[in-house]
Amino acid sequence: MLTKRIIACLDVDAGRVVKGVQFTELQDAGDPVQLARLHAASGADEIVLLDISATHEGRKTLLDTVRRTAQNLFIPFTVGGGIRTFADAMSVFDAGADKVSINSAAVSRPELITEIANRFGSQAVVVAIDAGAGEDGQPEVTVNGGRRATGKGVLVWAREAEERGAGEILLTSMKCDGTRAGFDCELTRQLGESLSIPVIASGGAGNAQHFVDVFQKGKADAALAASIFHFGIHSVRELKQTLNDSGVPVRWPC
Amino acid sequence: MIAIVDYRAGNMTSVLKAFRFIGAGAAVTSDPDVVRLADAIVLPGVGHFASTRVLDDLHLRAPISEAIEAGKPFLGICVGMQWMFAGSAEAPGVSGLGLLREECKRFGTEVKSPHVGWNKVCMRGQSRLLHEIEDGEFFYYTHSYSGIMSKDCVAVTEYGGEFPAVIERGRAFGVQFHPEKSGEAGLRVLKNFQEFAC
Repeated sequence: MLTKRIIACLDVDAGRVVKGVQFTELQDAGDPVQLARLHAASGADEIVLLDISATHEGRKTLLDTVRRTAQNLFIPFTVGGGIRTFADAMSVFDAGADKVSINSAAVSRPELITEIANRFGSQAVVVAIDAGAGEDGQPEVTVNGGRRATGKGVLVWAREAEERGAGEILLTSMKCDGTRAGFDCELTRQLGESLSIPVIASGGAGNAQHFVDVFQKGKADAALAASIFHFGIHSVRELKQTLNDSGVPVRWPC
Repeated sequence: MIAIVDYRAGNMTSVLKAFRFIGAGAAVTSDPDVVRLADAIVLPGVGHFASTRVLDDLHLRAPISEAIEAGKPFLGICVGMQWMFAGSAEAPGVSGLGLLREECKRFGTEVKSPHVGWNKVCMRGQSRLLHEIEDGEFFYYTHSYSGIMSKDCVAVTEYGGEFPAVIERGRAFGVQFHPEKSGEAGLRVLKNFQEFAC
């Protein structure tokens, strides 16, 4: 049986992981290379490196960070944040990424999805969608970290992304993000039912039960775990233990 | 030296990196002469079956086919494994190697497609490639089409029915999963393959 994936996300600013996890064996809590390997050893099914550098100077270190992180990592590795063009994507793949995650660049120029998919395959293209609430209450695609509404419906845009060649959708509910009150199971479920490609749920996790819920009620194919490790879940292994005990199929033992 | 055949279908970096990590001499190449001289051949693959047409454009079919006939170790990964079949419903008219006479088919509508993620590989026979790997070990998959069950299938994975996870015919091997992305177990598969190459 296909298992549900736990994807560990590293938020990187100028080559340093911010809000990093406290591994006891880790000398440098900000080193993405060490963190990625420890997450992989702890049972993470994939690693996402998200560049959140605010400055151009900070972003310049991205390729070097990707290269070093990918070097000894033998599970799927996705890179996102600031990928605007085909050339950006190409250089990230060259540095060792297996997939790229694109967000606002895909909204402003949807052809980018197809261009990357044609060259690297659909499995290499993750379209990230930040879902906010539209004026009519329906979920609406937002960009710039939820600050700008686009007028596009989330389900419509996700279907378009799939048709254009996206291999997976990474759905972040802006309403839930940062609340630690749980994932948006309802929207995740709706999206999963209207798409054939996998949906990765993100935003709102506060405890292990939230992951159980997003898999069982939200029918998510994967869930992104970013900063949850600060709130009492100590490792991917511990999270997977809970999922396994709750009857969610996961890669276990890991 | 292991030749990793580059037919411009996606990224070869990860396969190369994995072989280098286990200490194997490997190089990415599109040169038929380099493929002829190699001790072993790896045909990776992601994306569309139609991209294997490039193997003909680059005159790579003959050296691969001759190497397999001569008993040189060969490993097809994902689409590279599918190419060992006669063809695929994904790209009618594009010929595979025909080592197995069936055509690859798409997953049925009862399951989501593509099949993306970690799934169990269950033994169905004596597998040399899975030597010292536990029955039921997890490997990473990403594909919408799969091969057809036959006597050469030594391990299967369940997704809307069983499909071949590993095929072995002489020293020609095919894996539908991505060993280069399947952690320790995946590296072990590559190591097992490398041992045939020495």
